[in-house]
Amino acid sequence: MTLILPRDGLSAHPPSLHPDYKSTVKRSPSRGLVIIPQTLSEITGPVYGHETVDAADSDLTRQHAGVPLGERIIIEGRVLDEDGRPVPNTLIEVWQANAAGRYVHVGDTHDAPLDPNFTGAGRFVTDAEGRYRFTSVKPGAYPWGNHPNAWRPAHIHFSLFGPSFLSRVVTQMYFPGDPLFPFDPIFNSVPDENARNRLIADFDLGITEPNWALGYRFDIVLRGRNQTPVEEPHDD
Amino acid sequence: MTESRKTSGLTPSQTVGPYFAYALTPSRYGRSEFATGDLRVPDLSGEPVVVEGRVLDADGAPIPDAMLEFWQPDAEGRFASPLDPRGRSNSAFKGFGRVETVEAGKFTLSTIKPGRVPGPNGALQAPHITLGVFARGMLNRLHTRIYFPDEPANAEDPILALVPEDRRHTLIARAIPGEAGRYRFDVHVQGADETVFFDA
Ligand SMILES: [Fe+3]
Repeated sequence: MTLILPRDGLSAHPPSLHPDYKSTVKRSPSRGLVIIPQTLSEITGPVYGHETVDAADSDLTRQHAGVPLGERIIIEGRVLDEDGRPVPNTLIEVWQANAAGRYVHVGDTHDAPLDPNFTGAGRFVTDAEGRYRFTSVKPGAYPWGNHPNAWRPAHIHFSLFGPSFLSRVVTQMYFPGDPLFPFDPIFNSVPDENARNRLIADFDLGITEPNWALGYRFDIVLRGRNQTPVEEPHDD
Repeated sequence: MTESRKTSGLTPSQTVGPYFAYALTPSRYGRSEFATGDLRVPDLSGEPVVVEGRVLDADGAPIPDAMLEFWQPDAEGRFASPLDPRGRSNSAFKGFGRVETVEAGKFTLSTIKPGRVPGPNGALQAPHITLGVFARGMLNRLHTRIYFPDEPANAEDPILALVPEDRRHTLIARAIPGEAGRYRFDVHVQGADETVFFDA
């Protein structure tokens, strides 16, 4: 079996134990990972495409009878692999708090209002060039119990598949200029500053629509193949 | 242009957090799910198996807000993925499952026993299900495997061979006595009986 997914870029990820984020202390392995060769079990992955989603899934402002409160936003970007190749036809799932910083989830007890016109969940598929685009409202910051006066910076959760089990990633997208960045242990769990900054979307006037919505660009890079192409199966 | 900064390396992983369910495992919220803990499809051949277990933290306390993802081939060892060079199986079997743990950190997976898949140098691996674990407090997905007991192929499995012998049992489900095809597999995220997690 040929090793086809490079390991060089993995240092971008946070360590599993980051004590400033308290829940990692009892929820991270302590014994060291066992390094294994990549087999078909790791280099293949499920394929979920356009049949998985419908149009309402990519406009979070039109999932209810009324219009949600908050600052309307459009988020657009490309999903690429480490060599800059687009990742086409791959499923992206997103979820977020409403403009007041409250999640629909039954476990969210933050004393901020729910919005009857906003759920905050979306899913969509990248096109042939790896592009995606969705409409939502800017999520609010919200408090959490990690430390005294702890607040999460505004963020949208992203879940991506890519072509294989090893390309799968769950991450969070942040908004530029958030004053809460220096205080957030989840954002700061990523040790490399450049890698951390890749979690922050760019404001983009080109995506912004006049009299309608602010636009942000958020490109996502998944673990990719080595330069050496995998041999195509032969018919004979 | 910030294109070069944005594409110069991997997008880092972040925790799935506590509030993913209404998006990723949303049946309780009235949204459709494309993957559940039941992988069975009507035309499926193979030996039915049920794997049930719990996800536990360093203290052995249940993790009630984890998400598990399962990935496996069909009974002939073929993956429903275009990256499997041997071609797709004829079945509608996807081989992908996703569940949230809720009460007492419990999960159930209903599927078929996976076939054997080639490993390094073409040697066949023992039947296994690839497992990803996500939760609040996990900044990265944890990657492990579920193997089956009473499986002679385990002795020659190239991946199990890389695991210290005294920890291999953490990767092998236990048969539930008197219930054919039912297995128990607990994920110990940390602690004395910590599950082996992989880096591939
Ligand atoms: Fe969040």
